[in-house]
Amino acid sequence: MSLWEIDIYPADGQVDRAGEELTSDAIDLGLDTSIQIAAAHGYLLEGDISESQANRLADKLLADSIVEKTVVAPVGDIRLQQSPTEDALLVNVLNKPGVMDPVAMSAQKGIEDLGVSAEQVRTFRKYWVTGVDQQSVNRLAEKVLANDAIEQVVHGPLELDALALGTPYEFELQTIAIRSLNDQQLETLSKEGQLYLTLVEMQTIQQHFQQLEREPTDIELESIAQTWSEHCSHKTLAGRIAYQDGETQRHFESMLKETVFAATVKIREELGDDDWCVSVFKDNAGIVTFDDQYNIAFKVETHNHPSALEPYGGANTGIGGVIRDTLGTGMGAKPICNTDVFCFANPDMAHDELPPGVLHPRRVMKGVVSGVRDYGNRMGIPTVNGAIYFDDRYLGNPLVYAGNVGLIPKEKSFKQAHAGEWAVVIGGHTGRDGIHGATFSSAELTSDSEMLSGGAVQIGNAITEKMVMDVLLEARDRNLYSCVTDCGAGGLSSAIGEMGEEIGVEVYLDKAPLKYDGLSYTEIWISEAQERMVFSVPDEHWEEFHSLCESEGVDATIVGKFVDHGRLVLKYHDHVVGDLTMAFLHDGRPPVIRDAHYEIPQIQKMDLEGQASSLADDLKGILGSLNVASKEWVVRQYDHEVQAGSVVKPLVGIQNDGPGDAAVVKPVLESCKGITVSCGMNPRYGDYDTYHMAASAIDEAVRNSVAVGADPTRIAVLDNFCWGYTDRPETLGSLVRAALACYDIAVELKTPFISGKDSLNNEFSYQNDAGEKVTISIPPTLLISAIGQVEDVTTCTTMDAKEAGNIVYQVGTTKRELGGSHWTFVRELTGGAVPTVCTENCNAVFPAVHQAIKSGLIRACHDMSEGGLAVAAAEMAFAGGLGMTIDLACVKTDQEYSGDTENIVKLFAESNTRFLMEVAPENVEAFEQTMADVAFSRLGVISDEQELVVNNGDLNLIATPIEELKEAWQSPLRW
Amino acid sequence: MTTPKVLVLRAPGTNCDHETSYAFELAGGQADRVHINRVLENPSLVEQYQIMCIPGGFSYGDDVAAGRIFANQMRSHLADVMNEFKSCDKLILGICNGFQVLIKSGLLLADDANGDPPATLCWNNHGLYEDRWVHLQNSSDKCVFLRGVDRLYLPIAHAEGKFVMRSEEIATQLQANQQLALKYVDAAGAPASGFPDNPNGAQGNVAGVCDESGRVFGLMPHPERFLEGTQHPRWTRDGLQSEGDGLALFRNAVEYFA
Repeated sequence: MSLWEIDIYPADGQVDRAGEELTSDAIDLGLDTSIQIAAAHGYLLEGDISESQANRLADKLLADSIVEKTVVAPVGDIRLQQSPTEDALLVNVLNKPGVMDPVAMSAQKGIEDLGVSAEQVRTFRKYWVTGVDQQSVNRLAEKVLANDAIEQVVHGPLELDALALGTPYEFELQTIAIRSLNDQQLETLSKEGQLYLTLVEMQTIQQHFQQLEREPTDIELESIAQTWSEHCSHKTLAGRIAYQDGETQRHFESMLKETVFAATVKIREELGDDDWCVSVFKDNAGIVTFDDQYNIAFKVETHNHPSALEPYGGANTGIGGVIRDTLGTGMGAKPICNTDVFCFANPDMAHDELPPGVLHPRRVMKGVVSGVRDYGNRMGIPTVNGAIYFDDRYLGNPLVYAGNVGLIPKEKSFKQAHAGEWAVVIGGHTGRDGIHGATFSSAELTSDSEMLSGGAVQIGNAITEKMVMDVLLEARDRNLYSCVTDCGAGGLSSAIGEMGEEIGVEVYLDKAPLKYDGLSYTEIWISEAQERMVFSVPDEHWEEFHSLCESEGVDATIVGKFVDHGRLVLKYHDHVVGDLTMAFLHDGRPPVIRDAHYEIPQIQKMDLEGQASSLADDLKGILGSLNVASKEWVVRQYDHEVQAGSVVKPLVGIQNDGPGDAAVVKPVLESCKGITVSCGMNPRYGDYDTYHMAASAIDEAVRNSVAVGADPTRIAVLDNFCWGYTDRPETLGSLVRAALACYDIAVELKTPFISGKDSLNNEFSYQNDAGEKVTISIPPTLLISAIGQVEDVTTCTTMDAKEAGNIVYQVGTTKRELGGSHWTFVRELTGGAVPTVCTENCNAVFPAVHQAIKSGLIRACHDMSEGGLAVAAAEMAFAGGLGMTIDLACVKTDQEYSGDTENIVKLFAESNTRFLMEVAPENVEAFEQTMADVAFSRLGVISDEQELVVNNGDLNLIATPIEELKEAWQSPLRW
Repeated sequence: MTTPKVLVLRAPGTNCDHETSYAFELAGGQADRVHINRVLENPSLVEQYQIMCIPGGFSYGDDVAAGRIFANQMRSHLADVMNEFKSCDKLILGICNGFQVLIKSGLLLADDANGDPPATLCWNNHGLYEDRWVHLQNSSDKCVFLRGVDRLYLPIAHAEGKFVMRSEEIATQLQANQQLALKYVDAAGAPASGFPDNPNGAQGNVAGVCDESGRVFGLMPHPERFLEGTQHPRWTRDGLQSEGDGLALFRNAVEYFA
């Protein structure tokens, strides 16, 4: 047995891009500018491998001899310590043992294809640093080169003699004496056992086992804790809440059921036979009808905490998880597109302003974008929509929302496991991933025993999931199973537990395929290892199911059987290690009862007179503010065209770089029917009133879809609440108030919510220099994601100005609504009224706009949101490479305004339900007829002048070249 | 006209196989998506096909290097059957990841005297994955897939698409031989002068390469993503084309067997 190290460097004459980028990051960090980093990557190979074989593997498999060169030697050999530059300090970065290493897994396969046998393979990165001292290198390693959540740093040459992981497990049944504990001891057990259950819940469990006259085993307690967790049961928002806001008082038995979900129930009742919802709030994703053959499934998840610790892995496994949600909806939906929304702190924040324990926002953003890119692109699912919001309150708690749309044959929309069927797990193997605090002490790379990465931080392996997807869809079409669900939070415990909830199940924990030896039965049960799906397979199909999986290299294993006894029975070989009734597990949790208070804020007057002296600069300031600025750097890293269904791309306009309002995708290549995907979110409004924030988010999501051509009567939405610490009545109150708005607006618009997810307690605490505890809570952040439908995609339109001479219209009414607006943000002002939604107006405007687009009367249509008319006009103009001249005197408002107030309100107010439109002169009459019942204003014309000109009557307010506006918009995030 | 059978060869991580099959069917072929494992089990399976296409995606995750593991499978286990396929006047097309596989397997350009591939596809100059539409110029009278094609407008979507040749002699020889078949140009048709017209820094603006016969062709852009008008990024401005630029390549392949 030998252990080879293969170092791979750029060949002579090739650019060391990784080294250059890291050098620049190091200088950003504040290290001496004379620093130079040379980068290499490499492989460790363990096995009966001769020197000539190792060289052959390096030449033929691991390196590309045209652009790379290699050093091959046994680990520890002097040849590996030859620095390419003089006097360099050496840093090696390796994954901690047990962290997913997809490249190593593929390399092992490639090595096998070449007829060599490597028992273990690991990858690593190697850096030679010159120009700074060891102390700076240590800081560099910590801040730039490695992330200690998943990686370990070795300074100097690697010294190790084996790579193998794991030691054999010796079975020992663990029971926990709970029956005689007092309240304090129960709380201690909950905390130290990482059960995170409340005292009342612990008491309930205690009573249950007192009645059973026995102590629980560890796996029983873990199963209960998983099933009763906030993540799995949403006990806060589904629980009892007493709410008051000064105007109303309400008592909820189940808050979400009585707001968001109730809206859908009411809409479906009213629609009667025209109900187009199929499955809402019960499966992994919501399902609505699409065409004669297919339904559409849609789900958006959050993966916030993992992304804060390890942005790449957190985002990576976040998108992987939500894809499994649609794959595990009904009998399995085919994923057709992704949407991703992120919230970060300012990426230009100075390093010395960072609180301890926080990754720099730029590093978080780059990591998250890369994580989504690498997973989504590898899955072959186009990422077609998204948004990024910046607010410094996301510093310790970045938000990562990942969404996926799936296409599912109508008859496959429901599922049901049956007694007598096998519980089968396919895909990735089970490891200690997802088990906090687990330790692992075999064959570490240093003499220290390393912590194995905890559950919060994992790396995904997209190709494993792609392989699972390929066989799942084939098995679905061959009717080989009767139920499927994803293995996400809670692992097998949640997946099998939920599937067997109405039946009963026995589980053979020793059968689960493991990544390495040494896992206890409990670890197997609760591991959250990625890329696994659970199926219920009738015995008569098992052979075919198994051989289908085998034919594509996917592991499929029977790990249990559904049994009609209403119990969860867990076995490890011949031992029964857990035996709980499904009734206690799923219905035994005592209800959570919370108070929720909200104080409706009074509108603070904001005087606008004297504030209009810099309108053009204000406009450029808003265009360059991070929320509005171009996200092209991100968008281009996503494959947004794979599957070939792309109709309206995220980037539109004459140079393919304007900001599209919503994506349009044609999921069935032979058909002209399409879907739209869009979103709405405005955390800044929540600082004023979360009711109007939520209402505005729904309006914005719907508006964006309508703007490209979606039928407003066929738009469904999802809710994702990300909030602070909801045990605080005021924080929960602000959430309940948002949920009340969701109900009101959804019902009036007949826009059903079909699925949702919440993430609570997003707060970050640290000790400042004075030793005081500082807590940063995220702003209330509600993401509304919309999925719309278009009968014929060739009627869709885009936001870019098309032709000089065409007429520019505003549809909708402008009000003095500047509270939380981007104008106040760039002017550093506060106060004013937050935008509100008038549903009666929505129900007139949206259908009229849709009618106009469908009839081909519109050349361009742009949603008016952040930055109001000014930003919408600027974006429409520069995306089309054309000028525009508009007259503010023509803008219809809710009341008369004059002076500076008039100009600021008309330019920058962010009133909802407004669109900016371009109409060819020959269609003006038909357009105005279509808009007869709604407020519209004829503002001006598209011009050849390459300039945005804004007048108010005879007075010129803005005259700025579109190139200047575009540069202001493109430059901030052109990384 | 005979309907040629098309083998769309997929591996774990291949993800453009459906739309590529659709493209061949639209052009009049009959396409089967076949997993590499089926061919490894039974190499003679390929004999019943006239066209083989390796579509885009991330075979084996593009781990180690794009297309490398898949290419090594071809080299180690399927070299004979693939060379036999080539020699029977049949066609082979590699798109994006498929091009990477063809180049690295030696199927497209034969290895040099040292047993090394004469060219490679490596990391884009800016070091990132990039999705972008590019203008292309047919530069070969030889390539079967490009017959009758002058210019193309197609999307690229890759991280490792920079074409690099091992030596100047190889570059000269491939150029003289009309094997550097498809090149990045600007919107006016002049040779691309750097990013973004040449999106990855490819040597000689090379976007696609054919073998000496013109029957084996690999390209980085995705012709299967532009078969119909609504796939064009500016169809809402410029109107709907009756068909996408990419369809011609698939039609040429099918018509070769007419």
